[in-house]
Amino acid sequence: MAKKPLGPVRRTFSPWEEPSNQPFIEFQSVTKTFGDHIAVDNLSLKIYKREFHALLGGSGCGKTTMMRMLAGFEQPTSGCILLEGEDITRVPPHKRPVNMMFQSYALFPHMSVWDNIAFGLKQEAFSKREISARVAEMLRLVKLEPFARRKPHQLSGGQRQRVALARSLAKRPKVLLLDEPLAALDKKLREETQIELMNLQEELRMTFLIVTHDQEEAMNLADRISVMDAGHILQVATPGEIYEQPSSRYVADFIGDINFFECTVKGMNASVATLDSAELGTTLQVEVGEKPQLGSSVTLAVRPEKLRISFEKPEGENQNILQGEVWDIAYMGDVSIYHIKVSQDHTIRTIVTNTTRLVERPITWEDKVWLAFDYDAGVLLTA
Amino acid sequence: MTQRSSWFNITSLGLGFAFLYLPILILVIYSFNASKLVTVWGGFSTKWYAELWQNQQLLDAAWVTFRIALVSASLAAVLGTVAALVLARFGRFTGRTLFSGMIYAPLVMPEVILGLSLLLLFVAVGQERGFWTIAIAHTSFSMCYVAVVVQARLAGSDRSLEEAAQDLGCPPFKTFFVITLPQILPGILAGWMLAFTLSLDDLVIASFTTGPGATTLPMKIYSQVRLGVTPQINAISTILIGLVTLGVIIASLLAKRQRLAQTKRG
Amino acid sequence: MQALPENEPASPQLEAEQHVATTSHSRWRWLVIAVPFLWLLVFFLAPFLMVFKISLSGQVLAIPPYAPQWDWATGLQGLQAFWQELSLDNYIWLSEDELYWKAYLSSIRIAGMATLLCLLIGFPMAYAMARAPKRMQPLLVMLVILPFWTSFLIRVYAWIGILKTEGLLNQFLLGLGVINEPLVILNTNIAVYIGIVYSYLPFMVLPLYATLEKLDTSLLEAAQDLGCPPLKTFWTITLPLAKPGILAGCFLVLIPAVGEFVIPDILGGSETLMIGKTLWVEFFSNRDWPLASAVAIVLLAILIMPIMLFQRQQQKSAEVGL
Repeated sequence: MAKKPLGPVRRTFSPWEEPSNQPFIEFQSVTKTFGDHIAVDNLSLKIYKREFHALLGGSGCGKTTMMRMLAGFEQPTSGCILLEGEDITRVPPHKRPVNMMFQSYALFPHMSVWDNIAFGLKQEAFSKREISARVAEMLRLVKLEPFARRKPHQLSGGQRQRVALARSLAKRPKVLLLDEPLAALDKKLREETQIELMNLQEELRMTFLIVTHDQEEAMNLADRISVMDAGHILQVATPGEIYEQPSSRYVADFIGDINFFECTVKGMNASVATLDSAELGTTLQVEVGEKPQLGSSVTLAVRPEKLRISFEKPEGENQNILQGEVWDIAYMGDVSIYHIKVSQDHTIRTIVTNTTRLVERPITWEDKVWLAFDYDAGVLLTA
Repeated sequence: MTQRSSWFNITSLGLGFAFLYLPILILVIYSFNASKLVTVWGGFSTKWYAELWQNQQLLDAAWVTFRIALVSASLAAVLGTVAALVLARFGRFTGRTLFSGMIYAPLVMPEVILGLSLLLLFVAVGQERGFWTIAIAHTSFSMCYVAVVVQARLAGSDRSLEEAAQDLGCPPFKTFFVITLPQILPGILAGWMLAFTLSLDDLVIASFTTGPGATTLPMKIYSQVRLGVTPQINAISTILIGLVTLGVIIASLLAKRQRLAQTKRG
Repeated sequence: MQALPENEPASPQLEAEQHVATTSHSRWRWLVIAVPFLWLLVFFLAPFLMVFKISLSGQVLAIPPYAPQWDWATGLQGLQAFWQELSLDNYIWLSEDELYWKAYLSSIRIAGMATLLCLLIGFPMAYAMARAPKRMQPLLVMLVILPFWTSFLIRVYAWIGILKTEGLLNQFLLGLGVINEPLVILNTNIAVYIGIVYSYLPFMVLPLYATLEKLDTSLLEAAQDLGCPPLKTFWTITLPLAKPGILAGCFLVLIPAVGEFVIPDILGGSETLMIGKTLWVEFFSNRDWPLASAVAIVLLAILIMPIMLFQRQQQKSAEVGL
């Protein structure tokens, strides 16, 4: 599958920015408890038509429960779920226009690929001709035409995943739910399938909701991500916003790599705050939107790739400058991560792209180096 | 929907267990009946139990049965374990199909056929019938039960433990005793208990293979049952049920304690 | 045996040691196989050959009560004489007397009916067990197995007091006013059905439970998610996937029930014709060992197909278990 036509260019898509837009799926103050355990805690979420939305979080954060409530396998303890403005909270799963691709794929082992894909269609009043036509279309879509007569155990992992996808798409559901759909695939196959999924969503103009613990997958696929922890949604935003403007320390830490500096607010000057960092023994400047309270404890978060490393002391305005010593280098192939020791017990991570070959590495262990980052490169976190 | 199906489940379990346990319960209750008429309640009494102790024939039969069960269960545990090992660990060998066939067939083979065929063998070789012929007969069919139970245990046990032992230089024979055996011991014990109760219970095979002087308890009970229901049989049945229940409870408690110890260690 | 690296020439001594190890290893292997194998050959397979041989003999008033006997001392000549005296008379007798083939047919009918009843009662039980909370399941399994540990004979006997005319069931129903006259159940085929279902129910429930418990619930959810209503999901997904358990359970009940003796003897009546009882009577009352052997051989011939199917199925599931 080397030469494949590229899908259409993804245009900007942001219906959530227009307040008059009706949400397609809406969770209204949904709570779900299992005995004493609160899986989902008074949670509200709006998902828009044709959106590719990701629920992202560690295990036990409630993301799977959210999806199972939307599919109808769990009933909310309180609150309701709307689909196109209609309350579907009490609708049994087999009557919901929502289909799910299971993490285990849940392919029926006693049925062929063809019968698996046709299963959903056979539950409705489709004629035999319509069913065969639709199944053929689905087989073509996932490129499994030669395998129609095989049983699931005769397929590879990637093929099974595609059968599961075809089966859940066959009924053209209003929403496709994907429960960790790529978890069982190896890295390369996963990346290919991610692109296929995105193209598919663009082509079918459907609303997708994916549950995943893999932040890269969520960033790659989704229009918007809901970061969840302990039954709460911490932030709902586009991947860019989540990465660059995390709303809390948890989100910042969960997505990607980041350096934290514990500081107290010392002063404000126009839109730039001056922070005092005890652990670095220096002051730092950061551009802020909302003014923090003077004297309050805050965290300054800076992504490693926002830091510049050099032998010479950097020149220029509007940047924080730190001095340190190379303590460790982790070679990752495309990039290297440098751990710079800036104080007795504090290191800062920075990423350097390996533009030259390893043997010529200019900065190496125990070198004295300078670090710099712009005032607008850091994010001030109060939570 | 979920509510309805769970009610259905609870009801079917309730009815099923009532069906399984009510007859036994009634039997036990009526063993304490003062009246000689088994179906009319005449007040509480333990006189039938006292009468049992006077019945020397019954006590003799019980002693014979117990000894046969002990011998045949122990033999069956050894043979069955070896057979399970062969089935689960020895891969392919000539005659494997026949071998596994001979393990599984006795599980479903009607007892009359097993009993008759063994008797004819003993007659043909001129073997005096009695205690030992019954014991051998019981060993032959209960070893198959042991083999099946132990094989399930072997299938569930981690084979890489044995491979690790051999990798560290432990010869196969020793590996069995220091690694495999401790792992499957609960299965062997369960198999032994199964074989013991199977032997204790058996009427048909014992009737065929017995000889003069070896009357087992089931044979004794059977000859009395044919004459009708008597409170004395209820009493001896209650004792047997009590013993078996006690044994099963002790065994499961031991198994539970072992499991707990294992999870604590793990 | 660790394989030596190929490019490294093994010393002759090492090779010799390895050879010794291999042969002694395989000698052990055969010894381990031989012990249970020989036991089963002598005490399971050989007896069947004896039954077959004696089914071709005639009844005599002697000990043992059949002829011809093969005297080892007479050698080859004796064998020849012995061979000529064997006959198919017993089988001809079996096919001519309608009592026997009626007994076979009725055994199969009664056992089949009882198996079906077992399945109908056992399936909902097994299903409910598999759907019960995980921590309760071991207890439920134990409750199913427990009656099996108590004496078969006693459990059958327990039903006499319940089923007889002045028994507890009739007392109960008369007391409720459901019936006006006591039902006659004991010594009828109905009592035999009850006895077989009662005694063999655990054999049906356990294999069913084993397959249903392994059934991945996400398959049922997937079916419902695709629009399949719960009852239809049961028919299209649960039942087909439970097939191995259903088959195993039915074999475990059907095959021994066909040859059952104790239940028809204790609970059945004069109308109850079952081949196990016929064999018993031929053997113990009529002392016609050859005819009893012929009855056993024909019974075995009837059961051999289901037994082989059962074995194949057990082996298959044992291999999957590995």
